[in-house]
Amino acid sequence: MTKGKIVGLEGSFAVAEAVRMANADVISAYPITPQTHIVERLAEMIADGELDAEFICVESEHSAMSACVGASAAGARVFTCSAGQGLELMHEVLYIPSSMRLPVVAVAANRALSGPLSVWCDHSDAMSLRDIGWIQMFAENNQQAFDLTVCAFKIAEAQDVLFPVMVHIDGFYLSHVIEDMVLPDDEDVADFIPDYEHPFTLDPENPVSMGCYGPPFIYPEAKKAQEVDFERSKSKILETWKEFGETFGRHYAPVETYKMEDASIALLTMGSISEMAMLAVDELRAEGKTVGLVRLRLWRPFPFAEFREAVKDLELLVVLDRALSFGMGGPVVSEVKSALYDMRGDLKIVSFIVGIGGRDVTIKDYKNMVTRALEEAKTGEWSEEIAARMIGVRD
Amino acid sequence: MEVKMAEKPKGWKDLKLGCVVTEPGSASTSKTGEWRSERPVRDNTKCIKCGACYIYCPEACINEDEEGFFESDLYYCKGCGICAHECPRGVITMVEEEEE
Repeated sequence: MTKGKIVGLEGSFAVAEAVRMANADVISAYPITPQTHIVERLAEMIADGELDAEFICVESEHSAMSACVGASAAGARVFTCSAGQGLELMHEVLYIPSSMRLPVVAVAANRALSGPLSVWCDHSDAMSLRDIGWIQMFAENNQQAFDLTVCAFKIAEAQDVLFPVMVHIDGFYLSHVIEDMVLPDDEDVADFIPDYEHPFTLDPENPVSMGCYGPPFIYPEAKKAQEVDFERSKSKILETWKEFGETFGRHYAPVETYKMEDASIALLTMGSISEMAMLAVDELRAEGKTVGLVRLRLWRPFPFAEFREAVKDLELLVVLDRALSFGMGGPVVSEVKSALYDMRGDLKIVSFIVGIGGRDVTIKDYKNMVTRALEEAKTGEWSEEIAARMIGVRD
Repeated sequence: MEVKMAEKPKGWKDLKLGCVVTEPGSASTSKTGEWRSERPVRDNTKCIKCGACYIYCPEACINEDEEGFFESDLYYCKGCGICAHECPRGVITMVEEEEE
């Protein structure tokens, strides 16, 4: 069952359509490659009367998120988007809506961080945002960019959630590529995301103070309350995706797998490289290797249970990081190892840094990684001089 | 002015969503006087009632009494010493707080 019509849309326009159908009240954003098409399209929609929203032109991403915080505190449905250096400039303010429990929705068109200056895709920006307290998920195609953005509003605004949500879409690979996808009818999306009321808003009739300072006798209590609610939000994420699946026919899970039923080796990916990874899995299977694929759809809160379940029968897990944590290796593999430490001490995990700064990850690269990982698993030796194992780097 | 004592720390379950404060003016219960390491002590025999201390106090915690003299509200006074520094007649001396 798929409700809607099939269209060809670039990822940015797909996101803009989701925001229009969600009937956002306030959009405050600053253009930055590769996110610009999203904000341009939304500005156009508002100018053409297709979306009845306030568009706040700001002078920076720091101001963009600040305006989102204020608008959300006033009870508005709020959207913004950014990328790379823009997210870094926004960074300070990103902690505010999560601690003030404001359901801002944002899309990040993932981009490498300077330097050297790069507008191309990787997950360096996303990985620097791990601890901002936002619910975060990764899309791997334009359909998912649309679907997850629609779901983001419903999740963020649920009365037992009330946290901001960020949907990561790979810059250029999704933001600028036209793919065929199903665009649902406006009414169906409107029904899926009803109006919401925040329990506390800036209202002269019922004055409250928001964003106050928290001295040492209150700060740890505030953070515990935030963390408890944040971890609990996962059940609402699952419920929302289930309802989305029942309504629109496309199903999402915190951890999604491909050909894992009999797999002894698995690749772990996030974002758009997952689709190429599926092709690589098919080719590796044709060569007789029982390879599968694990994709992390939900990044925060980290889906411990689902992840452990997905890898429970594996012998070898090959984790692909599209970012580098200097002096530590890959950020995703660090978390994956941490998630498995008390459960699967025997699972061999091999890490690779791939696709940074927009470098393509080819099927040949996947095969190379699996071959090298198998060698290492067998011999226990690694030829590289550094912990961060980078694939496809010229000597 | 009558000041309510600062509330005891609540447990994490008692906090409002996002630490919203629903009681207006609750900042007045915050006892910033606890931060003080020195307290202002006055010799009003030298005081000319010019009000410089009142004007310069960054906490606005100096009040004028019925006779026109000034007194620091030690519930809020953080002991910064600006009043002592600005007083043209050396009325105010900063004296180290001792542990009670």
